Amino acid sequence: MTLHKYQNLFLALPITAAIVALVAVGIWGLKPGIDLAGGSLLQVSYPDGRPQIEVVQREVAKLNFGEVRVQPSDDKDFILRQKELNPTEKAELLQSLATFGTVNEVQFNSVGPSIGTELVRKAWWAISLVTLSIIIFIAFAFRGVSKPVASWKYGVVAIVTLLHDIVIPTGLFAYLGYSRGAEVGVLFIVALLTILGISINDTIVVFDRIRENLRLNTERNKHQSFKELVWKSVVQTMARSINTSLTVIVVLAALFFVGPDSTKDFALTLIVGMIVGTYSSIFLAAPLLVLIEKYQKVPVKSDKKE
Amino acid sequence: MSEISASSERAIKVFRAVIVISLGVAVAYFVYSTSMNGNSKYPFKYGLDLAGGSHLVYVADVSKISEAEVPDAMEVLRDVIERRTNVFGVSEPLVQVERSSIVAGAKTERLVVELPGITDVETAVAEIGKTPLLEFKLVNAQARAAEQAVANLKDSASTSATISNVSVNGEEIGEAYLDTGLTGRYVKRAQLVFGNGQTGQLANEPIVQIEFNSEGAQIFEELTTQHVGEQIAIFLDGESISEPVVREPIIGGIATISGNFTPDEAKALVKNLNFGALPVPITLDSTQSIGSSLGDEALKAGTKAGVVGFVLLSIFIILWYRVPGVVAVVALFLYVLMMLALFKLIPVVLTAAGIAGFILSVGLAVDANVLIAERIKEELKDGKEVDEAIKEGFARAWLAIRDSNIAHVIAGVILFWFGTALIKGFALVFSLGVIISMFSAITISRTLLIALPLTAKTKLGRFLMSSGFSR
Repeated sequence: MTLHKYQNLFLALPITAAIVALVAVGIWGLKPGIDLAGGSLLQVSYPDGRPQIEVVQREVAKLNFGEVRVQPSDDKDFILRQKELNPTEKAELLQSLATFGTVNEVQFNSVGPSIGTELVRKAWWAISLVTLSIIIFIAFAFRGVSKPVASWKYGVVAIVTLLHDIVIPTGLFAYLGYSRGAEVGVLFIVALLTILGISINDTIVVFDRIRENLRLNTERNKHQSFKELVWKSVVQTMARSINTSLTVIVVLAALFFVGPDSTKDFALTLIVGMIVGTYSSIFLAAPLLVLIEKYQKVPVKSDKKE
Repeated sequence: MSEISASSERAIKVFRAVIVISLGVAVAYFVYSTSMNGNSKYPFKYGLDLAGGSHLVYVADVSKISEAEVPDAMEVLRDVIERRTNVFGVSEPLVQVERSSIVAGAKTERLVVELPGITDVETAVAEIGKTPLLEFKLVNAQARAAEQAVANLKDSASTSATISNVSVNGEEIGEAYLDTGLTGRYVKRAQLVFGNGQTGQLANEPIVQIEFNSEGAQIFEELTTQHVGEQIAIFLDGESISEPVVREPIIGGIATISGNFTPDEAKALVKNLNFGALPVPITLDSTQSIGSSLGDEALKAGTKAGVVGFVLLSIFIILWYRVPGVVAVVALFLYVLMMLALFKLIPVVLTAAGIAGFILSVGLAVDANVLIAERIKEELKDGKEVDEAIKEGFARAWLAIRDSNIAHVIAGVILFWFGTALIKGFALVFSLGVIISMFSAITISRTLLIALPLTAKTKLGRFLMSSGFSR
């Protein structure tokens, strides 16, 4: 295969996608869910048919709970989002909703601000910890490799690839937040952390093959440019990289399409993360290694002089 | 000779495979029978989001007590609240203390209360937040006597005369009970003991023992020293529930109330005394209630997603990897059974996030099989016989499987640390899945695969062992 001829083209796609995602986050930002920002959510069901949304909005506005966002859900349900409510305030809200006929409470969730702040802090710690452990892990696993690219550089490339993998789902949710009011909560952070843990595998497999081929070439005294070798390794591992991701995507798709509502966004985040993660381990990590080899002149030249 | 040893080797391989399959059937029977039997000792345990119920988070105000006392105070708080939740008659209420972690900045002490099956948050909160007031008052004997006299007068008077401003020797008598400043705030705990027949107690007489904290002990000591022979009334929510006589100054902070209690009455008093003793004030921070029908739907949807995901995955793997694919699906099925059995045995509290983690782990568990099948295929291309290729394939795939699983476990452990209860459920199932799947993918598939009579010498044999679009 002649994939290496299109290296720059392959490289352009993830870089563009990551930039677009960052811009999306910059413009729209992320809408934090109530578990992170505090606030409350009440889902009610009108078994005899629900009233018009505008009428409901007018009625609940009388309660002075600040902004109340009313959203239809399923056939007979409304989801109301507002500031955090104590039990008395919630009872008032339910009473106000009962003016339109029989109303059943489906779920209620009110979160004070203290937990959210703590979770956001913890999330940053967790993401940093996962990233750091992965650099250490890769630097350790590839400690024997030094030519033509030092082992720690594999670690750096892996991290760049991983950041790409979580930046794109984040950009998607910035867009979904803008277009559909999608919120990011604790489960979103969990999804990002999970992507970090899973997506690193494909990258490790490609690196592993590069290492093996480097060893084989030395053993067989075969001369091959680093670029050719990298792309040969990519082709050798591509089928399994795609297949291992597909197996995960298949089950996640089931979770997304037939699974519970509460984990739909979670499944979507992971699916997107798996797709871009597979692409990036093939078409981002490998070309980046080639580029590093190309521009790190010193060790290459000294090799040639010997 | 060689033929005999070859066939006995073959028999051993088949025997091992039979053992693996029988163990699988046993696990399947365990999961099936314990799920069908409603009274089983090993049911699946569902979290609130699947079973319905309320989840309340209280923040405790510990600013008024010293840092060293905090863990004890929280422990007492937990006990008190747990007793209050027993009022609901919920089968398994969960009350636990949660400390903010070191990275959280401000330190917060929280109390998490889970009430399965209770969706009426208002009542629950009112019941828990109720702060019964416990007071120790001095009985004003003069006023008591005057009251009695007035009552007698009323009884004897035929007309309904009104009597007001009763005075004794020209002095107004005032309140019947005098505040002492000793309240439930100072009670450490109360407990029910039975008399041993010494110092005026009857044997086996129920006695309520109150233990004050150091401050309370001091107040109590002063009070009892000054008022020997008088009555002290114990008030709960403004009502006198017991009025024992002080027999002697009490030093050491332990008060005993003995009287005409039946054991049940004594038990109720102990409960009330404990109710009155919240060591630190609490405020409600978060509430969550999930209707049981929503939980039911979520559980059904989660189960369905699991089944659909498993079927789709099996079809894909079998079509693509043929014989190794079939073996992978069998191993995967055994993996699912083992996980379900573990959920019951540990037990793992299943939440929607936990089910998502389990479904995800099924997709990841088959990864190892994909790696192995791809490697076997490469070994076959090099012209090796099937037995040899399988052995080599497993050996060479091992490093990649190990590395990827280490990465998963790292993520799982950090997630567990990160977690609220919700995330912990996911992280636990996910990490457990990674470990079990390493065993199932490697040991089980290997045992099954080498037991099959496969050869690469025929066209059919090669077809069965290869994958994808190749023949």
